Amino acid sequence: MMSHNISQPRVDRREFVAQLIAKTPDALIVTGLGSAAYDVFASGDRDRNYYLWGAMGGASSMGLGLALAQPDKPVVVITGDGEQLMGIGSLATIAAKQPKNLTVVVLDNGHFGETGMQRSHSSLGTDLVAVAKGFGISDAFAIGSLEGCQDVARRINARDGTAFAQVFIDADEPQRALPPRDGPFIKNRFRAALGLKPF
Amino acid sequence: MIPSFIHSSPLKKAMNHTSAPAPAWQEAVFKVLKEGGVRQIAYVPDAGHSHAIRSAIADPEIEDVVLTTEEEGVALVSGAWLGGQRAVLLMQSSGVGNCVNMFSLLQAADFPFFTLVTMRGEYAEFNGWQGPMGKATQAALELMGIHVLRASHPDEVEEIVSAGFDAAFEGGDKVAVLLGQSLIGRKKWESK
Repeated sequence: MMSHNISQPRVDRREFVAQLIAKTPDALIVTGLGSAAYDVFASGDRDRNYYLWGAMGGASSMGLGLALAQPDKPVVVITGDGEQLMGIGSLATIAAKQPKNLTVVVLDNGHFGETGMQRSHSSLGTDLVAVAKGFGISDAFAIGSLEGCQDVARRINARDGTAFAQVFIDADEPQRALPPRDGPFIKNRFRAALGLKPF
Repeated sequence: MIPSFIHSSPLKKAMNHTSAPAPAWQEAVFKVLKEGGVRQIAYVPDAGHSHAIRSAIADPEIEDVVLTTEEEGVALVSGAWLGGQRAVLLMQSSGVGNCVNMFSLLQAADFPFFTLVTMRGEYAEFNGWQGPMGKATQAALELMGIHVLRASHPDEVEEIVSAGFDAAFEGGDKVAVLLGQSLIGRKKWESK
């Protein structure tokens, strides 16, 4: 079985996400379901976090709608390789719009962590950076160290072009940190933080 | 005398296509969206949506978003609402089937939702492959908790689209308006 990423340097997911969010305090964050949501929540709950608990494949599209609606704020999608793969075409849709304020961060352990660590396409031959570039996101890159966190944060804060970051993380399972599952609550809290009123 | 090659050029065809007047009911659809303050129109194309799509592309206040598959649009319009904008999804009936699990988002987080669905597989349908999803479209939407309205005659389109739109964005409901295949009329099929 091919495992071309086996020697790839990898980073601790919780540490990476915590540092990234600390460096991007103004970011509006949408998470994919599962471990990515736990990582974001574990770094500290924020009103400007939107945690998905389902809608697999939808995180990047949700981030696109949010980025188009809030062009003056940095929008970050933080998701996993499996979640992004399910909605892979959304990268083409994002590329067609090129929102300057959207960054997609894929925490890639090459596995479906939530369901028993089955291997995903990204450890079976799919190169997500090549996919993103092929779809038209030219600023697509891979990192595998905490130092790379600064490169991602700089792009987020600059809001000067769509970016896609594949972050190689260890295939471990940190203790679960469960964000609120009350969808209306996190939606209304998020909107209130933007000064939006109930309809 | 215009040389005949001009008539057959792709550019000329495209120009002729875009300059054709839209049916009044299609103009009424876009009027409702525009006057309702829609800022994002996400779509997988269909002939019945062509005027709204063209108008969205031409309108500097509206972001047109072409999707690779319809479920992206369910998430996208929810993200737009999260950011304070009204967004709608245009698709044809086959696309409803692609959306089913993503519709969970609308219920789980109680997002307002408005989609316009052009129907296939129900009226003088030449392509039987459109039948299975077309006939299941309304039930699939209702199974996922979406309120379904239907417009079958040109003179009722504006009122019904407007009613559904207000229920979504004033009342917070999740609404689909089915635009009957009879509105489009018989598709002319010719063997090449």
